[in-house]
Amino acid sequence: MDVANWLISTVSRALAFGVPLLWGTLGEIYAERAGVVNLGVEGMMILGAFLAFSVTQSTGHPGFGLLCAALVGGIAALFHAFLTVTLRANQYVSGLALSMFGLGLAGLLGRGWEGKPLGNPLPSLSFPGLSQVPVLGPMLFQDQTILTYLGIVLAVLLWLLLFRTRWGVAIRSVGENPATADALGINVALVRYLCVIFGGLLAGIGGGYLSVAYRPSWTEGMTAGMGWIVIALTIFAAWDPLQAIWGAFFFGALYHLSYRLQAFLAPELLKLMPYLFAIVVLAISGLGGRRRRGRAPGALGLPYVRGER
Amino acid sequence: MRRLGPFLLEPRLSPPRSVVFGVSILAVVVALLAAAPVFLGYGLSPWQAYAKIGRGIFGSWPSFSEVLRRATPLILCGVGLTLAFRAQFWNIGAEGQLLAGAVAATGVALFLPVPEGLRLPLMFLFGFLAGAIWGLIPAFLRVKLGVNDVISTLMMNYVMGYIVEWLVHGPWKGPTMRGFAYTDAFPLSARLSYLPGTRVHWLTLFLGVVLAAAVAFLLARTRLGYEIRVVGQNPDAGRYAGINFAVVLSLVMIISGGLAGLAGVGEVAGIHWRLRSPAQVSMNYGYTAIIVAWLARGSPVASIFTALLFGLIFAAGDYMKTTLGLPFQITGVFNGLMLFFLIGFDILMFWRVRIAQREKVWTSQIGS
Repeated sequence: MDVANWLISTVSRALAFGVPLLWGTLGEIYAERAGVVNLGVEGMMILGAFLAFSVTQSTGHPGFGLLCAALVGGIAALFHAFLTVTLRANQYVSGLALSMFGLGLAGLLGRGWEGKPLGNPLPSLSFPGLSQVPVLGPMLFQDQTILTYLGIVLAVLLWLLLFRTRWGVAIRSVGENPATADALGINVALVRYLCVIFGGLLAGIGGGYLSVAYRPSWTEGMTAGMGWIVIALTIFAAWDPLQAIWGAFFFGALYHLSYRLQAFLAPELLKLMPYLFAIVVLAISGLGGRRRRGRAPGALGLPYVRGER
Repeated sequence: MRRLGPFLLEPRLSPPRSVVFGVSILAVVVALLAAAPVFLGYGLSPWQAYAKIGRGIFGSWPSFSEVLRRATPLILCGVGLTLAFRAQFWNIGAEGQLLAGAVAATGVALFLPVPEGLRLPLMFLFGFLAGAIWGLIPAFLRVKLGVNDVISTLMMNYVMGYIVEWLVHGPWKGPTMRGFAYTDAFPLSARLSYLPGTRVHWLTLFLGVVLAAAVAFLLARTRLGYEIRVVGQNPDAGRYAGINFAVVLSLVMIISGGLAGLAGVGEVAGIHWRLRSPAQVSMNYGYTAIIVAWLARGSPVASIFTALLFGLIFAAGDYMKTTLGLPFQITGVFNGLMLFFLIGFDILMFWRVRIAQREKVWTSQIGS
């Protein structure tokens, strides 16, 4: 029974902790599918976390807080899009700048807000019938906020959009071969802007989830490198929204276990597990050879200049 | 050629040095202007704040020496990063490599039974090796398994950060340190001496400057340097020329990681005299060094000067904290803005702007 309880709570918490990773990864997948790497996820998430917390604390509406988190993520991503698409700046450096700026700004603004618990966090959903089901009930239908289920639905929708619609073809062709897309009349810059901003919106919500739902409070640097895990997950998920679901919840489980296993191993060593695993996972997928399915978009990281090459 | 109002824009492939310098200065100035609202938010006039900071830092030798102290790890990390960036290897891991050096130095300082005179040299040696190993792992992963270098170097920062946390909370926690998460203090033979009246551990600073020159020589005058430049500019050409990418990259990361490791030795042996939490040992020097190397445009010698600029920003952060009551996080905002404007303004260097004359416009329109 003890083992069963342990397993149930692990799955439940893995889902809860995987949510910010899932939202962030879905966004990054769209940006990268359009050919733009955004290393600013960490910065966008922490800005989202701060704004969601401060707005919710001031207005009392966690939904409104999350909306503001999405907006600040989108605005931050807009800067990245302007620098990399319009000014054709190096995507890696621009993203790193965004992360540094976001972490600095959130730390600066958040000083007065530290250590105060949030009065009204995002409520957990209740499913009167489902939550009573043995095993599955507590695993999947207790103590989850709407963002858990919304994230999974969103992943499916984004997969359909990417692989089953004309828009998806447009996005993928811009990331794969922008010159050809351009010749076919697709506005490369517009598609890239939209995808990067969309990525920022989702990263903002992912960050906001941390501060208004998972751990309703604000601490400086509370994203603790999740934004970088998102970048690794994007590769691990082979730029596929459906695979991102498994990836995110797997890493959610790792994060959760790093708290749960403290009886057996020093907490500091447990905390490094997700980061170590990110490397290990990428190394293992490298061992499997470069399967076609797992290939990065062809023009990833490259600015597009009409008429060159 | 493009026309923009009364101006003609002409693309150019390699901007002259004066333009690179001018545009960089412009970017730094605009970034400082863009940071002005932060001061307003704290009810301070940005002009007065900048003036006060300037007077405070350049006013006396002890306060100016803080710039040198802060620049020391930035020089070492920055020089290493210029080398990695030249080889198109995205080493975002100087932070972890620095910490690895600090850990190795602490091990030698506290636990290795060696003659007193040998202790400091061995600390630097082992610090270099630890940073080199920490840098070599991502290079190996990239060459053998195609693991993205940005991700692996970043993740290894976190891994090393938590290893340091573990050491100072667990096995290396100093018995004489009561509740604090420190190791014991280093013996005197493991401490670096200061320039008089300052906290500048001059030996590390000296090492940084000498190694910057050495790396510049390596890049410009040696076979390895030539191979690094070829691999960085055109990997295919490198392959056809028979350059062994794996070997070149490994050597680059040994040097790049090793230099960051030396910076870590300097911090624990010069400033703290013990290992403590990673945020205190490094203060994001490894990340800031990315901007140092970027601003130096891949030149090791130039990174001495760009490191001094960021040393100044760190020193200004300290000054703002103690005298103006502003939080130290301001430096993060500054650094991010600075990097934004630097890469945003890059495009200016590759366009030549001229006032359009009638005939010129006409010919250009025919030409295009």
